[in-house]
Amino acid sequence: MGDTRSSAAVITPQTAAASHDAAPRPAPPSSTERDAHRRRAARKRSAKNWSLFLLFAGPNIALILTFIYYPLIRNMEFSLLNWRLGSPRATPIGLDNYIRFFTSPSGLEVWRITGIFTAGAVVGSMILGLLIALVLNKKIPGRTFARTAVFSPYVLSGVGVALVWDFIFDPNRGALMHILAVFGIDSPAWKLDADWNLVMVIIVYVWKNLGYCAVVFLAGLQSIPRDLIEAAMIDRAGAVRRFFSITLPLLTPTVFFLFVTNIIFSMTQAFDILRIMTPTGHGTNTIIFEIYLQSFGQYQRAGYSAAIAVVLFFTLFVITAIQLRYVERRVHY
Amino acid sequence: MSHEPTTAPRPGSGTNAPASLTSSGRPIPPARAEWRKAFQPRNLADTMLAGYLPILVALLVIVLPLVWMLSSSFKPLNEIVTLSPSLLPQDPTAANYETVADRVPLLRLLRNSVIVTAVGGFVKVLLAVTTAYALVFINVRGKNIIFLGILVALMVPAEVSMLPNYMTISALGGVNTLWGIILPGLGTAFGTFLMRQHFKALPIELFEAAELDGAGHLRKLWQIAVPVSTPAIATVALVTIVNEWNSFLWPLIITDRVDTMTLPVGLNLLRSIEDTTSSYGILMAGAVLVIVPMLIIFAALQRYIVAGLTQGAVK
Repeated sequence: MGDTRSSAAVITPQTAAASHDAAPRPAPPSSTERDAHRRRAARKRSAKNWSLFLLFAGPNIALILTFIYYPLIRNMEFSLLNWRLGSPRATPIGLDNYIRFFTSPSGLEVWRITGIFTAGAVVGSMILGLLIALVLNKKIPGRTFARTAVFSPYVLSGVGVALVWDFIFDPNRGALMHILAVFGIDSPAWKLDADWNLVMVIIVYVWKNLGYCAVVFLAGLQSIPRDLIEAAMIDRAGAVRRFFSITLPLLTPTVFFLFVTNIIFSMTQAFDILRIMTPTGHGTNTIIFEIYLQSFGQYQRAGYSAAIAVVLFFTLFVITAIQLRYVERRVHY
Repeated sequence: MSHEPTTAPRPGSGTNAPASLTSSGRPIPPARAEWRKAFQPRNLADTMLAGYLPILVALLVIVLPLVWMLSSSFKPLNEIVTLSPSLLPQDPTAANYETVADRVPLLRLLRNSVIVTAVGGFVKVLLAVTTAYALVFINVRGKNIIFLGILVALMVPAEVSMLPNYMTISALGGVNTLWGIILPGLGTAFGTFLMRQHFKALPIELFEAAELDGAGHLRKLWQIAVPVSTPAIATVALVTIVNEWNSFLWPLIITDRVDTMTLPVGLNLLRSIEDTTSSYGILMAGAVLVIVPMLIIFAALQRYIVAGLTQGAVK
């Protein structure tokens, strides 16, 4: 940019005149004088650039600092307090909140539920997404429409989706009960049993998320050179063999990418489904739901909730850092 | 890169050559070639069993819940509580929508959602464009560090900041206000990131030419960067609109009065006061109202939305 600016100054009359105004040159200046001039001009230009920069980017930066960075630090402060939301009194208790989250039975239960939910959500949506992508990768007419339709749940309101599925899972009137009955299967106690509750929200999350995986897998599949597949076909490798020896190895970057993003998504984005389908978190209090329930639910344990939020942040930070440093560099898209 | 091996058919794989060439020898359009190839007797079974059958199953699983929602929202109560439900309403009625409007101020919720989405979306796109422009085209020291700070902010989920943000907004008097819903989400790391990547790829000559004409940064932004970037801006705008419309956790926390709630929060309220089987028709009517608008936007402009939401995956 610096170069373009000076070349412009030479060519156009207005800017050339302006630059003369800024730095009127006496006949042959000594080298130190010229340096001083240059420095002053540079400082002036940099001050002007900074004010422009702040005019353009300042509001956004201020908002990010106020509503993302400041709360991040405030949260760490809260996490060291024994403090109920709305109460004026708060006593410092050191790392007790963290210790409780990592050792108490209720804290460990949150970890267990988060682990199962994340594993189920990630594995479920990735396997189904891959299967759909493999089918959509066939050259058959209408696949563009199918791709769009499969992706669509991903953009729909989680609250709306959860309401629909809540009805479908209803033990007395739900469509699923009738469908399972056709196959002679008794509906499990979806809403009464805590474990089935968890299975239920995983199914809904996978339904909403698998289109995303399918589209990303499809892009990965389409970047695989056709000649490799064709060569394997000439060698009479079967479809299964072709998949495991050619497609899957070449797809590893996509698999890695989806694996990491899906872990992050499933840990943060499932809140609306959980809140609507299991309002009080019966067997479904994953880490994100627990943060909400502890501070804004019935308990109002703001300090404890803040500690969980800090743990969540660092967990996600580590996952993202691994992705950026390791995955992005080693595998190429 | 060619769509099909139209020329020089390999010995032993003589299935495609005749189908892909017209009698005059000109190649026929790829879409039609594909169509013919897929439905050749030889490929028909494969097309049906390995292609259409699984797609059909997938589409049914995706579409049926939405059809069920739509149809249930028009069902009278006796068709909801029946033991043998049918997919389509026998006796369609709009009563459920009237009841929703009766229980919660529906138009008010819709209005709030539209305002939050429109204002939030507009400001975020504006900030994303100006910030990205500054990061790419204005020369200041340390702007890479600022960009790094924005990248890290991208990794912080809003949920982590919600408790302190609740304190900040309530101290400012923003509880139960629309600006209280909008303000904390306005800073946009995602949009900035997307727009920056786009601006970096623009040909520098465009801007040099404008500089020769003496254009300042404001003119370069509005008369060059923005006009040539409409697809990227559309992507950011649509993804932002989808996110703002669907946003739930923060509006849930910051509003407890129904007249300032957005649609998803109002539906959560409806869900908690209508917790019986007989209210499913009403709840489905609510679900239609929050789902269908985004479904329409997505159907019309899916290319941009998919591009934005899968950004980073597909390079």
